[in-house]
Amino acid sequence: MTPDKERAGPDSGNREPEPAAAPLQAGAPAVGAARPPEVAGPIAPEEGASPSVELAPAGPDEAAPVAAAAAIAPPAEEPAAPEPPPTQEHPWVRRHHWIVRLTHWINAIVLVGMVASGLQIYGAYERFGIRGTKLPLPNPMDMHQAPKWMRLGGWLAGGLNWHFFLMWPLVLNGLLYLGYLLVAGEWRPLLFRPRDVRPAIEMQKYYLRLRKDHPAQGKHNALQKGAYTFIVLLGVLSVLSGLALWKPVQLSWLTAAFGGYELARYWHFVAVWLFVAFSLVHVTLVFVVDPASLRAMLTGWYRGRFPSHD
Amino acid sequence: MTDQDRRRFLASLAASGIAAIGVGCGWDGGKRFAPKLMSWSRVNDWVSARLFSGSRLAREYPIARRTQGAEFPAYFVSDNMPTLADPGAWRLQVGGLVRKPAVLTLDRLQSLPRLSYTVKHHCVEGWTAIATWAGVPFRVVAEMVEPLPAARYVKFTSFDAGYSNGWDLPSALHPQTILAYAYNDRPLMPDHGAPLRLYSPTKLGYKNTKYLLGVEFTDTRPGGYWEDQGYPWYGGL
Repeated sequence: MTPDKERAGPDSGNREPEPAAAPLQAGAPAVGAARPPEVAGPIAPEEGASPSVELAPAGPDEAAPVAAAAAIAPPAEEPAAPEPPPTQEHPWVRRHHWIVRLTHWINAIVLVGMVASGLQIYGAYERFGIRGTKLPLPNPMDMHQAPKWMRLGGWLAGGLNWHFFLMWPLVLNGLLYLGYLLVAGEWRPLLFRPRDVRPAIEMQKYYLRLRKDHPAQGKHNALQKGAYTFIVLLGVLSVLSGLALWKPVQLSWLTAAFGGYELARYWHFVAVWLFVAFSLVHVTLVFVVDPASLRAMLTGWYRGRFPSHD
Repeated sequence: MTDQDRRRFLASLAASGIAAIGVGCGWDGGKRFAPKLMSWSRVNDWVSARLFSGSRLAREYPIARRTQGAEFPAYFVSDNMPTLADPGAWRLQVGGLVRKPAVLTLDRLQSLPRLSYTVKHHCVEGWTAIATWAGVPFRVVAEMVEPLPAARYVKFTSFDAGYSNGWDLPSALHPQTILAYAYNDRPLMPDHGAPLRLYSPTKLGYKNTKYLLGVEFTDTRPGGYWEDQGYPWYGGL
């Protein structure tokens, strides 16, 4: 996908008109043009769809499938919604580059190991604050170790060695992923920007059943952009706080930036639970909202309700 | 996505979930992985040595920030606290790859230039504590005995059930590395390694040998009590 196409895509086009409502009404998909360059399989334009002039955003070839997707995937509890066409009518689209898929799954495995070995290390001193004091911050695991099944390493030295080994693939894998996003321009559909705030609110309304139709989206909706931007920042925070703990004298400026060693240790620990919470929500939403995205992350090919690749 | 596809993906997810849990379970990596991880630890030692600066000093704290004495844990590996039957007979043996080996009494060590600082102690377990230490900079002793060019490491031995540590020479020669004989303005107490212990705020606690007996300059990397069991050898902060 070229950068030029990006800018002309629905990301910019769809948001100018107010809550992008018009194109979302069921039965208003655009015609013909619904063939993004990545399409491999046949696409059947929706039967009985009437061309809609209001649709014409900046990038019609990109926007059309969005509208189509919104039209064919109304909320299940909407009785008046037209019957969704058979799934065979979704186009096959190339979704994830092999670097994205590889780094995603390496990250998933390494992160489990990092959390498990980190919990082993935490158990050696299961509280926060310099000796004789206690940080005035919440810690539900104060004076509690993680259960044995969550820990990796067997004892402190084992946990340390796992942690200090896995940190290398974690960081290198993360750099490979971010480097690919930068070079390929794939950061664009992922980065949450100020203009994504309103669509994010619309998306949240949809999830809270305050709005019935699924807002238009490209490769990812605004909430997903928020989540995927957040998780990258969380990764950066984890790595930096980890470095601050590993070398508090040689990298004393970094340790000081976290408010000192004890606070760096606290933020490093908070990041763990944010990773765990993200992963739970992430996996749940994959199955509840868009199971086809799992295949896309495994094979690279996507055939589901959100075929646009903005 | 067909139902069949969905079932297949659910099954593969369940399988990977079970595998991930298997990785946890308090497993130590077993005989297969633990030695490999210890070998990998050498890579981290190498990186740590590159990150180390011989002139960057650890932060000092005001005395008011000291951790209350009882809150600063002390330990030894012997069954009972190591003490000397005849403290007056104690000597520090300094030798190995040096031109002028030396045998030093506590009085002699205390007559050498003295360095005192209030610094943060970092234990590998994750806790920290602030205390004041005073002693002779190790580099002063090194200059006395004149290490040979081949000397790259220093082995510190103790009378605490064979507890010992191996250090890289640059860390030993760091200006804040001292042979400490005082803790919080008082002579070192037996639980903190009396009569003499190694101390540096640039190393984790377990690298700072207590109950010192000998200092040996060497060209091969010496092991150590905890290091040989799997703790990181460099242990630098």
